[in-house]
Amino acid sequence: MSDGYPQAPSVGLPGRVSIQAPGNPHDEQSSAHPHHPKLQHHFDDMGQQAEASTLGMWVFLVTEIMFFGGLFLAYLVYRTQNPMAFQEASAHLSWKLGAFNTAVLIFSSLTMALAVRSAQTSESRGTQVFWLVTTMILGATFLGVKVIEYSEKFAHNNVPGPNFVWDGQYPAGAEIFYSLYFCMTGLHALHMVIGLGIMTVIAIMAWRRQFNTEYFTPVEITGLYWHFVDIVWIFLFPLLYLIGRHYGGH
Amino acid sequence: MSGHHVSHHVAPKSLYYLIFALLMIGTAVTVIVAYFDLGAFNNVVMLTIACTKALLVVLYFMHVRWGTRLTWVVAASGFVWLLIMFGFTLSDYLTRGWVGGTLR
Amino acid sequence: MDTLNYINNGHGLASWLLTKDHKRIALLYLVSITFFFFLGGLFAFMIRLELLTPAGDVLTAENYNKMFTMHGVVMVFFFLIPSIPAVLGNFLIPIMIGAKDLAFPRLNLISWYIYVLGGIFTLVAALSGGVDTGWTFYTPYSTAAANSHVITAALGVFITGFSSILTGLNFIVTIHRMRAPGLTWFRLPLFVWAHYATSLVMILGTPVIAITVLLVAAERVLHMGIFDPALGGDPVLFQHLFWFYSHPAVYIMILPAMGVISEIVQAFARKNVFGYSFIAFSSLAIAIIGFLVWGHHIFVAGQSVYAGMLFSIISYIVAVPSAIKVFNWTATIYRGSISLDSPMLYAFGFLGLFTIGGLTGLFLAAMGLDIHMHDTYFVVAHFHYIMVGGAIMGYLGGLHYWWPKITGKLYSEPAAKLAAGLVFIGFNLTFFPQFLVGYLGMPRRYHMYPPEFQVFNVMSTLGATILSVGYLLPMFYFVHSIFRGKPSPADPWGAKGLEWEVPSPPPTENFAVTPIVTHGTHQYAPSKEVGVV
Repeated sequence: MSDGYPQAPSVGLPGRVSIQAPGNPHDEQSSAHPHHPKLQHHFDDMGQQAEASTLGMWVFLVTEIMFFGGLFLAYLVYRTQNPMAFQEASAHLSWKLGAFNTAVLIFSSLTMALAVRSAQTSESRGTQVFWLVTTMILGATFLGVKVIEYSEKFAHNNVPGPNFVWDGQYPAGAEIFYSLYFCMTGLHALHMVIGLGIMTVIAIMAWRRQFNTEYFTPVEITGLYWHFVDIVWIFLFPLLYLIGRHYGGH
Repeated sequence: MSGHHVSHHVAPKSLYYLIFALLMIGTAVTVIVAYFDLGAFNNVVMLTIACTKALLVVLYFMHVRWGTRLTWVVAASGFVWLLIMFGFTLSDYLTRGWVGGTLR
Repeated sequence: MDTLNYINNGHGLASWLLTKDHKRIALLYLVSITFFFFLGGLFAFMIRLELLTPAGDVLTAENYNKMFTMHGVVMVFFFLIPSIPAVLGNFLIPIMIGAKDLAFPRLNLISWYIYVLGGIFTLVAALSGGVDTGWTFYTPYSTAAANSHVITAALGVFITGFSSILTGLNFIVTIHRMRAPGLTWFRLPLFVWAHYATSLVMILGTPVIAITVLLVAAERVLHMGIFDPALGGDPVLFQHLFWFYSHPAVYIMILPAMGVISEIVQAFARKNVFGYSFIAFSSLAIAIIGFLVWGHHIFVAGQSVYAGMLFSIISYIVAVPSAIKVFNWTATIYRGSISLDSPMLYAFGFLGLFTIGGLTGLFLAAMGLDIHMHDTYFVVAHFHYIMVGGAIMGYLGGLHYWWPKITGKLYSEPAAKLAAGLVFIGFNLTFFPQFLVGYLGMPRRYHMYPPEFQVFNVMSTLGATILSVGYLLPMFYFVHSIFRGKPSPADPWGAKGLEWEVPSPPPTENFAVTPIVTHGTHQYAPSKEVGVV
């Protein structure tokens, strides 16, 4: 608490709202806990700070649900309007690459959970960084596979737009499917790229021994974000890759 | 406010491995089921498995299982609002074919 | 020397542009939204000027389309949505709950920069030729046909949406986690409840418009088929997505104003609010039910009539919590010790105008009547009664009420009363004739009209002129008060609440020591009459 600010006046409301003199248990300086270097000035203690940050991340994830939700709604509406076209278009995606990527992403969620756990239990910086970097490698693998899939679609002119080519029965519905495919997976991939960026920073912080049982909120909220991205894919995979399987795919 | 203590619950590693295994099994089952033509039931199975997988991730990897009631409410509200958006929009699309469905 | 407060604690541009103090950020917002308010007002004035005569003589049809589009975009996204939350909410919520700052001060500053960035995009769109789609960006016109700067303007809306999301997120976490010891939910000022409800709408709705605008951009730039029927898409889906946000967005504008009115009415009737918990919960009810009514915007757009019935019924239901508030405020004023200071004048204006706006909304929620009224000036008048008569009245009332707290200076009360009177008269003269001319069938969004409608339009333009004087006047006496105004005591109105117990202007960290709250923060009556209803 900075010196030099005037004391708040001792209130014109006797007995209703009292601004108490120093010595109350919420005054940082008289707090039993020593002042943690990571404690920001406007929080009372580390617990309040950590709770605020995780709650903030959860609220943010709610906005993310609604953000992707608009796309899922479009998918729902257009699939009810073009059921056959969606099956036909879906059958042209490689389920093997999709399933491989699903496994990769689930595995990365596991390593992320372990990264959070290693910070939470004050394990060595080597362990913390190991799990973070493993997660990043898995995330990069996912994106690499995505590049292969995208370039295959570009090669076959299956990208919506003036040059869209479709030799199946339902070119119009297939174009809508691929518009949604690219928007949904593209937005998902963008989230992964952002996640990799954040994790780079977190890994550096971990290497500098910033995280331990007392303070691991940044790793924790990065984990929340990463798991959310995983959840989006858990829905995208069956909805995009698998709906045309029995209809006859590769 | 008093009682600002994060639930410092440390889950055993074995639990994480178990969840991972369940998620992988769920993925495999989804892929296999997709090869059988079950009509609309394909979607039911696919979405049930996906929701279960998502729930496992939320509860264990994201620690909601040990979270405060507020975390439960916030996490649930996102999905509830999604269902509201889907439900009310579909109330339009699914009833257009009914007798006198549209004004035109 | 003056005592140290948030204004004189640090000088120079950098100390403002890099500040993390919620009070300074509130002032940054105040300056920027005031700019956009007058910019949007300028567009409005061009519209009124064109409509002075039946012929399209001042503006071409195209330019007229651009004027009402830019007026809508600027006023909705850059003034109304951020106005009360980002200025008054930002300034007051931490103080009202006994905190030193919002939970995420840096995020708060970032959200202002995001807002400014979005504003720059919109300005670029305006200066490079404007947009003519209407603020609603309806497809397929916006994606396939419009020959104007749709993408730039849409990106501006997209970007500023994140500012709104981050503000809402910050408020929710702050209200949950930063309340002073003893400040339970039912001791919170109603202003805080209203902002909590607003924040829910911000975080649940805004992401949907963000993705919708992105899809519009994808269709327009990359020609991906999404909404354009020529490409297999469905334009009504766009309208569903758009109104899923944009109807609740009305509540982002009006709920904070309701919060302001709850505070003012108590302070100037010297009474505790009547039915505290009813007002608190009606805010939440409006936020939640407000999400279930969006289909009343698309009754005639090809939506199923069955869905229309559902949306129509719920639209009636959402009027109930609003009515609860109006009745409770009236009951608060009843037998109060009323002083007619300028904030109270705005509050009275709000009560009457919001009631008219709300009741005419019920006309429009009736499906049969809406076929006649849809896209006429009746709609225009209705939503201006809510957004100007409600939201801006609330904003101005709040600004007058808390100005002495924000700046530590007293403004000229007679000038403020004059301005409040001009705004009320000018507003009604502008928009009441539009109910009539709309009911007679004058459609919105045309730059020409049949001569028999001229008398109404002349009245409207005359009213708009008076209104603009009413809006400009506070600029002068507020600015004057900063330099020449008398210093304000901590509590110039004799009002209650934590914000009136800190000095005016407050010190940087608001409270030297965290206050401990033992009773409700607003107690005008002896405590036995108070408490949660």
